[in-house]
Amino acid sequence: MVYLDNAATTPVEPEVIQAMLPYFTERFGNASGIYEIASVSKTAIRNARQKCAQLMGAQPEEVFFTSGGTESDNWAVFEGAHAAGEKRHLLTSAVEHPAVLQSFRALEREGYEVEYLPVDGEGFCLPETVEAAIRPDTGLISIMTANNEIGTLQRIAQIGGIAKKHGILFHTDAVQAYGQIPLDTEELQADLLSASAHKLGGPKGVGLLYVRKGVPLGSRQKGGGQERARRAGTENVPGIVGFGEAARIAGERMRERQERVSGLRDLLLALLTDKIPNALLNGPAAYGGERLPGNLNLTIPGIEGESLLILLDGQGICASSGSACSTGAAEPSHVLTAIGRSPEQAKASLRLTLSHRNTEEEIREAAEGIAAAVSRLRSLRES
Amino acid sequence: MSGGVDSSVAAWLLKEQGYRVIGVTMQIWQSEDPDASAAEGGCCGLSAVEDARRVADAIGIPHYVMSFRTEFKTKVIDYFTEEYLKGRTPNPCIACNRYVKWESLLRRSMEIGADAIATGHYARIRRLNNGRYSILTSAGMTKDQSYALYALTQDQLSRTLFPCGDYEKTQIREMARQAHLPVAEKPDSQEICFVPDGDYAGFIEKEAGDRTPPPGVFVDRDGRELGPHQGITHYTIGQRRGLGLPAGHRVYVTQIRPETGEVVIGENEDLFQSVVKGTDVCWMGMQAPKPGEEIPVVAKVRYNHPGERGILRLLEDGSVVCTFERPVRAPAPGQALVFYGTPETMREELSGGWAVLGGACIA
Repeated sequence: MVYLDNAATTPVEPEVIQAMLPYFTERFGNASGIYEIASVSKTAIRNARQKCAQLMGAQPEEVFFTSGGTESDNWAVFEGAHAAGEKRHLLTSAVEHPAVLQSFRALEREGYEVEYLPVDGEGFCLPETVEAAIRPDTGLISIMTANNEIGTLQRIAQIGGIAKKHGILFHTDAVQAYGQIPLDTEELQADLLSASAHKLGGPKGVGLLYVRKGVPLGSRQKGGGQERARRAGTENVPGIVGFGEAARIAGERMRERQERVSGLRDLLLALLTDKIPNALLNGPAAYGGERLPGNLNLTIPGIEGESLLILLDGQGICASSGSACSTGAAEPSHVLTAIGRSPEQAKASLRLTLSHRNTEEEIREAAEGIAAAVSRLRSLRES
Repeated sequence: MSGGVDSSVAAWLLKEQGYRVIGVTMQIWQSEDPDASAAEGGCCGLSAVEDARRVADAIGIPHYVMSFRTEFKTKVIDYFTEEYLKGRTPNPCIACNRYVKWESLLRRSMEIGADAIATGHYARIRRLNNGRYSILTSAGMTKDQSYALYALTQDQLSRTLFPCGDYEKTQIREMARQAHLPVAEKPDSQEICFVPDGDYAGFIEKEAGDRTPPPGVFVDRDGRELGPHQGITHYTIGQRRGLGLPAGHRVYVTQIRPETGEVVIGENEDLFQSVVKGTDVCWMGMQAPKPGEEIPVVAKVRYNHPGERGILRLLEDGSVVCTFERPVRAPAPGQALVFYGTPETMREELSGGWAVLGGACIA
């Protein structure tokens, strides 16, 4: 099997599993207790919070653990909007993850006015576009750090600076960026930032929301006083421990992984553009430093992306079309149509997301397999 | 695989017969409102997909969901709406079979390496003595689905399997039980899949918006006004219930006039016609005859019509005319006229059924 869908999820690192295991059995205590094994859990959570904070230059008390990226995004968008009080004009981009987009849609039904800002042909929501849309009643801006489909790295520091200048709360969905590229909450000037463990070799079912000190964000999940009364519910201790360990490893090995992954990605792009005539790259150029290291997204005219994925599955190559609904069927991606691709081109697309675990041999094998499948599909269309 | 009993057993039968089977669920329609689609559990919702996946797991075959929403919207839903706006009675299943299943699904199945597609339809494919492929009415005439399949081409038929066609519905359900398929007790689907509540007029109003026909008047065959009606999309030819007319005896919708918005009301006998004309003709079990040539057939004018003997003729303009031995009741413009050969007319053994010779759209 060649796994090229790391933006969807990643396998849990062996060290992470080892770190988690004791917290299922002998260290099973509820962190709210007063006895010894409870404080063991409490300490474990504190250490994990420290590691997760460190990976983005934040303070531990600014990190709140959640059940994953979607919960973090929902929390940030809903409570961010509510925190802005009477300022009921909200800004986001057209290429956000559904966890953000659907939250904004729900807020529209609550009577908020939401603007979905356009992006350019490479997926950038330009800082000047954001600034031009700001009004006196703008209460929240949410722009993602890295796009999950086409890998565009937004100019978050600039957008954060604009938000700060105008005194507007700023959230960034960093689920795809956290652990993959250096992030610094000070530099990004973000008030709220979402991340998820399973994108960086941690377990599924755990994420975090960074909340800058002093930001009056309300709680969404009511109950006991966990997470300093901001997010109730017994802590997922093994998951949080795993997240911390994954964050530590990602931080330590970030530079070497980034180099390795972007090298493999560039090789794959070169092989595919050589073997597949007329393939179009979606998103920013690979070499410009404005694209996630492991992300590749191509439109391959004359094919149906869905058929290509099934053929690749038959060869043991795991890839994606970038957007799948809950049933698994592929719909034209809202990201690709936002960057100007036609629905037809959007359906003819392929997303390949690499990790440090991929080898050069795998990349060459995948390129062969993809090229063969594409030429089969194209020849059937022509006949 | 829709998640229903028929397609589930079709997949299971093929696997038993030694075919390499890939399960595909077609995503064709989903309500915009996620809460509504969950409640409806319609044939393309998440619960249908989950059922299909469970069956595929039970049988041990791979399973994929393919999206056909674009094709379904343009070829089926838009057609359905436009026909109603024209005062006609469309048959969306025929359009779905013709343009979505046997065009898009077949093409995409070939792309992923399949040699043929199979569905849970109750119909049988047979190569006739004249060398052409045809569809025979199913062994259990009670659930015959040949009517909605008349538009398939020879090439499409050569790459199609109907594993359920040799069985009765009760046998299919029994097989599902014996194979422990998790959908064995699932009830049959009713109505049109994308209008699960059966409210066609409400659906068309949503689709057509401003173009929804306004309320109009009922008239009798002499043009006398009988009272107000809710708009032509609320009525179909032959309808008796829900007219709200104080007639004192049974009256029926006999004609719909979209240009004036009038709905004509008449007696039951006004609904009978001996001559039915069809356009957009498809030939299946026979090649197109010479214009004027008389072909003895049995023809159906709607899905649950038992069929009536008649003589079919091709006209110079490419349309067909069927002259029935006994007049048929309520042939509705937009429905299909499907004509069959019988063992007597064909002088050929047809395994207890009839063979589809072709079909057309009632003009």
